[in-house]
Amino acid sequence: MATTIATAEPTRRDMLFIATGAVAAVGAAATVWPFIAQMNPDASTLALSSTEVDISAIAEGQIVTVKWRGKPVFIRHRTKKEIQEAEAVALDKLPDPQPDSARVKKPEWLVVIGVCTHLGCIPLGKQGAFDGWFCPCHGSDYDLSGRIRSGPAPRNLEVPEYAFLSDTKIKIG
Amino acid sequence: MKLKLALFAAALTGAMGMGAPALAADAGHAEVHKQSWSFAGAFGHYDRGQLQRGFKVFREVCANCHSANLLAFRNLAEPGGPQFSEAQAKELAAQYKVKELSDKTGDVEERPARLSDRWPAPFANDIKAREAMGGSLPPDMSVLAKARTYHRPFPLFLIDALPGFSYQEHGVDYIVALLNGYKDEPPAGQKLDAGQSWNDIMPGNRIGMAKPLADGQVDYTDGTPATADQYAKDVAAFMMWLAEPKLEDRKRTGFRVVIFLAVLAGLLYATKRRIWAKIPH
Amino acid sequence: MSGPSQYVPKNALARWLEARLPIIGFTYDSFVAYPTPKNLNYWWTFGAILSFMLIAQILTGVVLAMHYTGHTSMAFNSVEHIMRDVNWGWMIRYLHANGASMFFLAVYIHMARGLYYGSYKAPREVLWILGVVIFLLMMATAFMGYVLPWGQMSFWGATVITNLFSAIPLVGDAITIWLWGGYSVDNPTLNRFFSLHYLLPFMIAAVVALHVWALHVVGQNNPAGVDIKDVEKDSVPFTPHATMKDMVGVAVFFILFAWFAFFVPNYLGHSDNYIEANPLVTPAHIVPEWYFLPFYAILRAIPSKLGGVIFMFASIAILVVLPWLDTSRVRSAVYRPIYKIFFWLFIVTVIGLGYLGSQPPEGGAVIAARILTAWYFIHFIVVMPLLGLFEKTKPVPASINDAVLAKNGGERVAAAAPAQ
Repeated sequence: MATTIATAEPTRRDMLFIATGAVAAVGAAATVWPFIAQMNPDASTLALSSTEVDISAIAEGQIVTVKWRGKPVFIRHRTKKEIQEAEAVALDKLPDPQPDSARVKKPEWLVVIGVCTHLGCIPLGKQGAFDGWFCPCHGSDYDLSGRIRSGPAPRNLEVPEYAFLSDTKIKIG
Repeated sequence: MKLKLALFAAALTGAMGMGAPALAADAGHAEVHKQSWSFAGAFGHYDRGQLQRGFKVFREVCANCHSANLLAFRNLAEPGGPQFSEAQAKELAAQYKVKELSDKTGDVEERPARLSDRWPAPFANDIKAREAMGGSLPPDMSVLAKARTYHRPFPLFLIDALPGFSYQEHGVDYIVALLNGYKDEPPAGQKLDAGQSWNDIMPGNRIGMAKPLADGQVDYTDGTPATADQYAKDVAAFMMWLAEPKLEDRKRTGFRVVIFLAVLAGLLYATKRRIWAKIPH
Repeated sequence: MSGPSQYVPKNALARWLEARLPIIGFTYDSFVAYPTPKNLNYWWTFGAILSFMLIAQILTGVVLAMHYTGHTSMAFNSVEHIMRDVNWGWMIRYLHANGASMFFLAVYIHMARGLYYGSYKAPREVLWILGVVIFLLMMATAFMGYVLPWGQMSFWGATVITNLFSAIPLVGDAITIWLWGGYSVDNPTLNRFFSLHYLLPFMIAAVVALHVWALHVVGQNNPAGVDIKDVEKDSVPFTPHATMKDMVGVAVFFILFAWFAFFVPNYLGHSDNYIEANPLVTPAHIVPEWYFLPFYAILRAIPSKLGGVIFMFASIAILVVLPWLDTSRVRSAVYRPIYKIFFWLFIVTVIGLGYLGSQPPEGGAVIAARILTAWYFIHFIVVMPLLGLFEKTKPVPASINDAVLAKNGGERVAAAAPAQ
């Protein structure tokens, strides 16, 4: 009888210890989550995640910078010549091949996030060898479609999610 | 702790120039009563219909003078609140104008409000509000339901904290009582200044807000009686949500936390007993 | 803590580390092998509860500081922003605000336990004084934290408490202006309080480390009030025995904490603090948070500005000299029948002062506060020294083991009696 107790008890004992430890671990994990989640964008920040822009006053050839989610967005009213130039580029010359048509909703309007895909600087408009943008930080050169042509940046300027609400109004985000 | 006999008694006593015992006899009618609220207690939750009605009263009556600077239009569509649809909230927002500095002209211009905008205040600032209101400042309503209370005598104030009896709704009780506490005429011998009304609940009894609610003033479409008393309750409930928008989330999470801790404590106790089983202590 | 470590490294890596930084051995000796009196009751779990509360306050506080804005024009709304918009912000803020109350509740129980069982007596004087230092730091931290939401009570509490320093002769006004960084409580005050409110908890943590160090040098007191004589018979290893009992205490205490934070989160607060600070309007009735009420009552009981301030600070400072005021040779109230009565009388006095601190200072309340204030000091200055000289104490057990045997023996007899 002494032996049965000796073998039975450690098992029940172990079960209890494992159960307690497991419940405590679940509790610790559940407690950690709010402390991590609190650093995610809060409700007021999320509510601001779309911006409406009136584009009627942007003249042909002009670039306007608007702020969206704390970052600059370039809206470029391209001229006919610029559109032709951007469409004529052979894709095999591009480090990040993308046709111009995949980067615009209406050819005369180019909307890109104005953040260099290299390390986050703001490229300067109408500068560089391709008349697009030139990043002064490390010399990345973008063309009239915001595509990377030379320099250290790995990708084209990002196109944000946007929609034409009317001919003169776009909603970014 | 909430031993706040003082606040109203002191104010009333001071204003009326009487001793406390005399006051108790005279102002027996000026008591705030506990109401029945759907959101009271450990499992309480808001009544959506009530919040929507309360919002209507707020919008049509209160908001003419009171600001609610912490209320954003998006809040009206968020879970745990009146829960209008997002389309409804957007449509509502579009009916209001907010001021914004124009990128183009550099002037402050008006544009229709969006979901992310806050409820526009009726007055540009406190000075303008006072000027329009004959010297009184209508307080911002955002957290008003938590900024008001009334005295709960011993032992009620202790019972208010206890599981099963917990009661935190003193602010909304006070608001209902205040809205119902108007008298057409001050008691004999009491004088009111211009723009003042007599209110049994207001500390000092003189209130700058004219009686705001009257029967039939706001249309209810859901069959709820359109009485001043019902308006007061509905708008108070709305104000509670305005002050405590995460109340439902809080109570739901709290229930889980307490259950979890109880299970953990039980297991820990069993474990502790096992460990100490062979040690006399 | 002293002597060679009992820890034997089991693998090469541990041996390597141990030869360079004996941190595993240190932890093992302090928190695993450390001999704990086997007769500790649940009142002894409050040390662990307080450690957990300190950690909880620091964690929630660091998070709140990520979202809070320390400027008079934005502080109130930034707290409401936390309550409304920040993910889980409402929970973290209510945990922090109620955590302060729970922290004080636990520290008062911890201190009362020390008073009852004579834990301040030799050789634990330094341990006790470090505890008083922690208590003072906690009070400073809580006071400054209460200013941060920038409500009416924040502002007027800060105004009243900082004005206490103006009672100091000659330099009082200069000190007050220095504290404020201006001519009233304003933005510079709010900013420095925010900075110090963030700093002080880490100082508390440092003093807690000293407190624990001192504890491990002299060993834990226990209900019998006799020290460990035979480690085998009188003590158990800290882990798992004391650790697991502590965890039970922590879990149960956290149920209470959760109840307040989730179901009655504003019960311990003041509704006026949901009105943004207004330097031109004083609330009808200013009361501090509940944990300051006894001291507030003492402040108001003395009919002189400087006197009130002196007595209020003296009411805490007197704890520092308590080890020398108590002349009894017996530690634990279990064997001190008269002290036991005076202990409970003292507890009632403090609770009574707390109640009076919440009442308007009028009529009978003032007289009652004066009587209780007088008793508060008489307890320390007169009762404690005299009791030691005249009290007839009960026989103290020779060892912890004897105390346990006596207790269990008594129970066994009592349990056996009905069966016969």
